[in-house]
Amino acid sequence: MTSIFFDGKFVGNTSEPQRLVDEIVSKRRAGTIPYQVNVTYHEHLDEVRIISESGRVRRPLIIVENGVPKLTNEHVEKMKKGELKWADLVKTGIVEFLDSEEEENAYIALTEKELTVEHTHLEFDPSVILGLSASFIPFPEFNRGDRVNYGAKMVGQSIGVFATNYLLRTDTKSNVMVYPNKPLVKTHAYSIVPYDKHPNGNNVVIAVASFDGYNMEDSIVINAGSLQKGLFWSFMHRSYEAEQKRYLGGQEDIIDMPEAGVRGYAGEDAYKHLSEDGMSFPETDLDSDQVIIGRVSPLRFLGTMDRFVTGLENIRETSVRLRHGDKGIVDRVFVTDTTDGTKLIKVVVRDLKTPEIGDKLASRHGQKGIIALIVSPEDMPFTESGVVPDIIFNPHGIPSRMTIGQMLEIIGGKVAAITGRPVLAPAFSPTPEKELRETLVNNGFRNDGKEIMYDGRTGRRFESQIFIGSAFYQKLDHLVSNKIHARSRGPVTLLTKQPTEGRSKEGGLRLGEMEKDCLIAHGASLVLKERFDSDKTTVLVCSVCGLVAVQDKIKNKRVCPIDGEVKINEVQISYAFKLMLDELKSMLIYPKVVVGEE
Amino acid sequence: MSEQSQKEFELPVKITEEIEQISKELRLSKEKKEKLVEEVRKSYTRGMFEPGEGIGIIAAQSISEPSTQMTMRTYHFAGTAGIRVTYGLPRLIEIFDAKKEPETPMMTIYLKREFNNASEAANLAENLVEKKVLNIVKRISLNLNENSIEVEVLDKRKIESVSKVVKEMIKNSNVKTKEDKVMVAVKTENVKELQKVKEKILSLQVGGVKGVKNAIVRKEGDDWIINTIGTNLSDALKIKEVDERKTYTNDIHETASVFGVEAARNVIIREAMKTMQEQALDIDPRYVMLVADMMTFAGDINSIGRYGVAGAKTSILSRAAFEETIKHLVRASIRNEVDNLQGIFENVMIGQVVPAGTGMFELIVKPDES
Repeated sequence: MTSIFFDGKFVGNTSEPQRLVDEIVSKRRAGTIPYQVNVTYHEHLDEVRIISESGRVRRPLIIVENGVPKLTNEHVEKMKKGELKWADLVKTGIVEFLDSEEEENAYIALTEKELTVEHTHLEFDPSVILGLSASFIPFPEFNRGDRVNYGAKMVGQSIGVFATNYLLRTDTKSNVMVYPNKPLVKTHAYSIVPYDKHPNGNNVVIAVASFDGYNMEDSIVINAGSLQKGLFWSFMHRSYEAEQKRYLGGQEDIIDMPEAGVRGYAGEDAYKHLSEDGMSFPETDLDSDQVIIGRVSPLRFLGTMDRFVTGLENIRETSVRLRHGDKGIVDRVFVTDTTDGTKLIKVVVRDLKTPEIGDKLASRHGQKGIIALIVSPEDMPFTESGVVPDIIFNPHGIPSRMTIGQMLEIIGGKVAAITGRPVLAPAFSPTPEKELRETLVNNGFRNDGKEIMYDGRTGRRFESQIFIGSAFYQKLDHLVSNKIHARSRGPVTLLTKQPTEGRSKEGGLRLGEMEKDCLIAHGASLVLKERFDSDKTTVLVCSVCGLVAVQDKIKNKRVCPIDGEVKINEVQISYAFKLMLDELKSMLIYPKVVVGEE
Repeated sequence: MSEQSQKEFELPVKITEEIEQISKELRLSKEKKEKLVEEVRKSYTRGMFEPGEGIGIIAAQSISEPSTQMTMRTYHFAGTAGIRVTYGLPRLIEIFDAKKEPETPMMTIYLKREFNNASEAANLAENLVEKKVLNIVKRISLNLNENSIEVEVLDKRKIESVSKVVKEMIKNSNVKTKEDKVMVAVKTENVKELQKVKEKILSLQVGGVKGVKNAIVRKEGDDWIINTIGTNLSDALKIKEVDERKTYTNDIHETASVFGVEAARNVIIREAMKTMQEQALDIDPRYVMLVADMMTFAGDINSIGRYGVAGAKTSILSRAAFEETIKHLVRASIRNEVDNLQGIFENVMIGQVVPAGTGMFELIVKPDES
């Protein structure tokens, strides 16, 4: 007897498992049983599993009977006219959804050509094997597999229109492209997802050439004229919030312009953009570390003396400032209440990011690069017909990476630009290369996409012809303006007196373990000492007990707390070492420092 | 080095001997020979490290930088008559960690000149592989009536050796042979006990060298070589056909116990260099030699790590900074240890000039006597 499980629970036995499965399937196709139900017979386990649970990944397939797919051209025509809908196909048993379990016993044909009587299903298109990001890549089968992988990863990092309601949203950080395009070379995925509402890049004219060595090692030379016309512009939105919290004892935060004299008052300049209500107006220009929302809070931990002082001394400034290193314009100010009834202010700051040297761009074929030079349009090379490329891509990026898909995309883009119709290039069924080349020839171009070009600076013709066409490029969310950072002096951490870490805290760049080893390997001990003196301190050491002594400032004497007025040495050590001595003492280890003769 | 000290400098004996030999061969005149000695001395001194140079760190960097390019994959020779060996980074780690047993222990056995031919090699390879009763048994059954175990052997010729081994190894037993059967009567009433004896019989060794799982014959130049999986150098060397001067194992500890630390040092160098060269990484052998020296100079094999070389450092602070901080600090405080702050790491910690490179030396000015 075969056990039957429904949603993982045992419900009964059957002696004819295959008949049961067949019946359920046929009833599901007829519409008597809901289409979400999947059923399988596991012969090796002798189990029938009927599943209707939520949370399964299911995919649609065309049903095949006796080697004939149920979806006919008639259906397709009707769907094109709008007489038939997707739901009708599912209802009438032409298309069904399989989950991983039922897929196990299905025999799915990849293409219509290979259908036999044994097949149970037919794939809609071979390219459904790819995920969302990968199916955005045109001509993927012409690329090496890893490049498609990198390309798909970078599609996810591209700046585009992530949500159409971005003006109403207060995401912590988001990027929105200003003048996005639809790509000239497309795949099926672009028409399946609402890509028209969420574009993610620009079509650029790309010339495969070198330019004075400014596009070595994947760097990109870009046309200043194109940038001025809005190529790859984007806005970065960042939201800041401040809550007017209530504390025990009736005290609460005050959102207001902080008065001078409050603890932590940063000076008049930091507050100059605040209006009387403690918030900054939309369209005010803000710089790094300037206050967006002014706020003061009551002191949480009162010292012994503070208890007796009232007024200004008892509050501390807790304003919200623009992140260190950021700049921007106040875009929107929201004033609402939280569920607790406290006042909540959210401010969205926008910053225009025009492409600059160091910004990261990428095509859809895993070919990423950094802008290294912005060239005025008159200095860029031009073709006979006067076309000036937006981007000059270094030919050395191609042989080792073998991204033939990108080459085809450039030809395809050129064809699309000439004919005015997008070129379709989904995985495994692209527009044939021959057809693209013929279109080029018919329009008076060379079939290989090469053109005679002239140097913009000298006007001289280049000796070789240059491969030029149109390709889709994305601006990736790795902008220099969000990353640039340097420091010579700055804040230190309280505990170790060593520099802070991270850009937002104006931190230092760590000279780490391996860098230290390099200095030693070079024998540069004095450089090493100098580089590691960020936390150097002078410590007084008792010559008797070897512990840290103190400077009595009233008597102007050096005293050891244990041995009194004995000989006391002065040593220069790193503060971190002094801290370690203290920590050793706290774990009852006596670290006696013996100072040698100088 | 100053010119004076350069002349005082004694060349190693091996080099002096070689110069002697070459000058004899070429019949060099006295002046020419002197000139040769001078040239050799010059290039010898040029090849030496300067005092104060951090050779340890340079060696470490010279080995580890190329190692980062090593792929983690251990690939196999699919389809060829070879033996799977640990390659690349895992093997390198294994060597420097001085693991007690390599992941793929291997012997390379050379044959003495008189046995150096295909048939001898094939024969020996066959005989090297360890055989247990399990491998040659046709059927083994328990006879509960007589409290005995019947072992039926595939090859009748092996029956003698089986009965011999069983007699030796199984106590309180009475062994009889009958045609192709060995009957082992055990003095026990317990079936469990009987079962245990049966297991023991199956695991008895009847032939070959213990620990050798497979042997493959290979020809290298004029030599017939046997590669084995599993090593047992001391037993392999007892076989009369084996050339004990060339036979080699990749097990460092085994080499140390059979031939001594000097040989083990050579195995470390050879294995590490081989591993690097397999990955087409070119490093100067002297860096590996330095590491091998550090691992073996104490007379036994020490790993590069907290239980070996790094754990043997004199400075408490330096050891505490590396691994097991608390253990070292507590131990030092109990023993009243003193850190003289003479190493590099300690001085980096306290922020003082490191005694290496330019910080190694101090200038002492002699006051003018007049």
